[in-house]
Amino acid sequence: MPIGRLFSGSGREWATPSASRTTGPIEGRRRRFPWLRTRADKVPWIPIFIIVFLLLLPALLADVITVHDPLRGVLADRLTPPAWIEGGSWTYPLGTDKQGRDLLTRIIYGARISLAVASLTILVGASVGTTLGLLAGYFGGWIDRVVSWLIDTFLSLPIVLLALVIVAVIGPSFVTIVTIIAITMWAYFARQVRGDTLAAREAEYVARSKVAGSSAWRILLRHILPNIANTLIVLATLQVGVVILEESSLSFIGAGIPRPNPSWGVMVAGGRDQVLIAWWISLFPGLAILLVVLSLNLLGDWLRDFLDPKMRQRR
Amino acid sequence: MARYILINSVRGVLTILAVSFIVFFLARLTGDPLDVLAPVDMSREDEQALREQWGLDKSLPEQYQSFIINALQGDFGPSFLYPTETAAGIIAGRLPASIRLGLVATVLVVTIGIPLGIFSAVKRGSLADRIAKGLALFGQSVPEFWLAIMLIWLIAVPWNFIPTSGIGSWSSYILPSFVIAIFGIAALLRLFRSAMLETLGSEYIKLARLKGVSEFLVIMKHALKPASIGPLTFFGGVAVRMLTGATVVEIVFSWPGVGLLAFEAANARDFPVVQALALFTATVIVVMNLLVDVTYTFLDPRVRLGQRSLA
Amino acid sequence: MNGTADDGGGASVAGPVLEVKDLVTHLYTRWGITKAVDGVSLQLFPGEMLGIVGESGSGKSMLALSLVRLVPEPAGRILGGQVFLGGRDLLSLSEKQMRKIRGREVSMILQDPQQSLNPVYSVGNQIAEAIRLHDVAVSSREVLERSIAALHSVQVPAPERRLRSFPHQMSGGMKQRVVGAMAISCRPSVLIADEPTTALDVTIQAQYLRLLDEIRKQTSIAIILITHDFGVIAESCDRVAVMYAGRIVEQGPVSDIFDKPEHPYTQALLKARPRLARKAERLPSIEGQPPSLIDLPPGCSFAPRCPVALTSCENQYPPSFEVGDHHVAACWLVEEML
Repeated sequence: MPIGRLFSGSGREWATPSASRTTGPIEGRRRRFPWLRTRADKVPWIPIFIIVFLLLLPALLADVITVHDPLRGVLADRLTPPAWIEGGSWTYPLGTDKQGRDLLTRIIYGARISLAVASLTILVGASVGTTLGLLAGYFGGWIDRVVSWLIDTFLSLPIVLLALVIVAVIGPSFVTIVTIIAITMWAYFARQVRGDTLAAREAEYVARSKVAGSSAWRILLRHILPNIANTLIVLATLQVGVVILEESSLSFIGAGIPRPNPSWGVMVAGGRDQVLIAWWISLFPGLAILLVVLSLNLLGDWLRDFLDPKMRQRR
Repeated sequence: MARYILINSVRGVLTILAVSFIVFFLARLTGDPLDVLAPVDMSREDEQALREQWGLDKSLPEQYQSFIINALQGDFGPSFLYPTETAAGIIAGRLPASIRLGLVATVLVVTIGIPLGIFSAVKRGSLADRIAKGLALFGQSVPEFWLAIMLIWLIAVPWNFIPTSGIGSWSSYILPSFVIAIFGIAALLRLFRSAMLETLGSEYIKLARLKGVSEFLVIMKHALKPASIGPLTFFGGVAVRMLTGATVVEIVFSWPGVGLLAFEAANARDFPVVQALALFTATVIVVMNLLVDVTYTFLDPRVRLGQRSLA
Repeated sequence: MNGTADDGGGASVAGPVLEVKDLVTHLYTRWGITKAVDGVSLQLFPGEMLGIVGESGSGKSMLALSLVRLVPEPAGRILGGQVFLGGRDLLSLSEKQMRKIRGREVSMILQDPQQSLNPVYSVGNQIAEAIRLHDVAVSSREVLERSIAALHSVQVPAPERRLRSFPHQMSGGMKQRVVGAMAISCRPSVLIADEPTTALDVTIQAQYLRLLDEIRKQTSIAIILITHDFGVIAESCDRVAVMYAGRIVEQGPVSDIFDKPEHPYTQALLKARPRLARKAERLPSIEGQPPSLIDLPPGCSFAPRCPVALTSCENQYPPSFEVGDHHVAACWLVEEML
């Protein structure tokens, strides 16, 4: 900007996000207290590192990077402690469980399950939820009433109970757990998208586009969707953590991934009775959940600040 | 106001009906309870008699209809698993344990989460703030079942005066209530922190200071009241959790509440109990949502009823 | 206002009611130290309206906050100078003493009425608080009467009913009146109005300025009016101080400044002033940007944008030269001409 306008904007030095031109440190204030701004420019490398090395890479390369069988163990080596503890060996870096299966191998395969469940449920949940949320927020009227009611209803479902019943009857499986989690997942997306669409509908660019005679579909896809994409990305990131927690909880109580499979929740449950003599069986898979979910939360928070500082904090 | 409550009550009833419908059909379509419950050597006649007694011989819509009609009268039929007791009676018997545990947890959430959130916002950027933020992050990310097991291993067993399972003296409440509370503490801390930061940075706080209001009153009166409106939604969730039991935690600590009951009933395909629990849970959620909505109007003069339906 | 004029300032004393000497306030930002207020001195006399004009970012709001010691912490810090009010240096008071001054002897009106009132308390509650804070003994009936009187004096119709309203039920102009009522409810001797009309509709702006003027005449309160708009100054002020980059570059009676502005910055500001007649044209502007207050040049901070800058301008900051009756300007060119 070569020419600084004298009466720039409203001259509201203290005002919130209205100032869009960034001409200097004082002029360019975007928030109320810029000097207290969270460091949106500081990329959270550690969480990203954890997500890559504890979730993504293990999930993709599980069969390449492991040497042990995740399902069948060596009974003779059962309850081997972690390598750095007396009696441990580097054959089993994190030790073995009561069936002699290598914990590290199972944790690596567990990442695959977590990631698969999370991506599937979020894919389904986000597409259904976004579609319904867009329609409800944009068209309003009876569509909105029906969708809002559906959101309320599905968020009122006793999910754990439902999962327990279904699993008690048809048995646990990958498909059941994905279905159960997806049943409520869409509602979170729909709720967020509906609200954002309501707000975006009033925005100037939409009004302009309407005046220009664009069709509703065009406005939704070309104008509103791109504008709510940021919040969708943030929500999806945060929901990955939520799904991982949900899946492992359900698996823990036997209503998720069926038993011999190395879901992190199943593994924690498997070590529950031995926690006094073989604490590592429960400790490590739980730690994996904690670290991954923690990193996802940090990444999500950062993304929210980075993509849209104005986005309200939920939860 | 009355009109709003009426409309939303109708909506709520529809929600409860829908939940009952989903639970009922999911449960029934997925299998025959007799496969699990009937003894293997049961005679054909006995089985038939049992079927009739439980109404399993009728068509599904008929079963659903009679289920709803009876449910409206609070009658969910006898438990399959414990035929001498009614489903409603079993739930009523288990409820106090869950409520007591939930109350303790709620007290922890409120007395730890809210002050920490306020403090953290007021002392933004300080060491205490960072610790509080760390605690919030931990509480949001930690799997409850794992935390419970780790606490049993690290605390309960070495100091063996803390029981690890069942309900007993006050000390048996320590671990389960803490595990249930940790997520709530984290959530309230975060909510209050961000809400307080927003109000503390507002113009009306500046004006309050300009009027000569003391810093304590600025925080406790001018900033806290507007800031506590948003986090209120969360209390609905806490109450739901309290009344419907934290299944996972109750399982780990063998806590004889409704959460554990859900686990037992589902595994045993005790449909009357499961259905009653499902309706109970949905009702609690619907009622809490309505209560939160109504409470909003008392706290926030800007909100007129109906404006906040899905916030 | 049936005044039991208790504090000084009511009577026409010759001395200034507020005197600022060499005030320095810095902001410690991520990008460096911002010299938001960099050695400002001014005087405010009883019953006068002093305008402070400058571009956004010139430090005028920070100056206002410094006077009441409410610079945003921890970033902002008042580093030096004195602010005399009623014989005391406000900067040397304890926080507790200062709190008694705020609202009672100095009060302030903020820019945005939409955000100045607490949304969850009624108007009556907020006005009553202002009164009670500084007068613990008053009965609730008296508080009520004084609240009504305060609303009455800012010309709010049906004040009794308004007390029960909440901020969201009022228009912006009405809210700003309420803020005004709160500000004068304890009969302070100084009122600082920081862009009080910027957020209001144009038609209401003039009304509000007239209201301030009336309040001043009735109560002989001294008002500092902060604005970026010379039009506002022309309408209501007696004297004006032009601020640029944390300093006052020119100061004098409004008519003098309008007739013969001496500082090139003032001249540019006046030239850039939008006029109704030329509404359709592009808003004129001053060449260049306001400087970053972090790396100020050693000389005159306006020199880089100044069309007539001399070499000496870039080396040393000019002192203030007297160019007329109570009219001073800080510019080397003035010295050349003297």
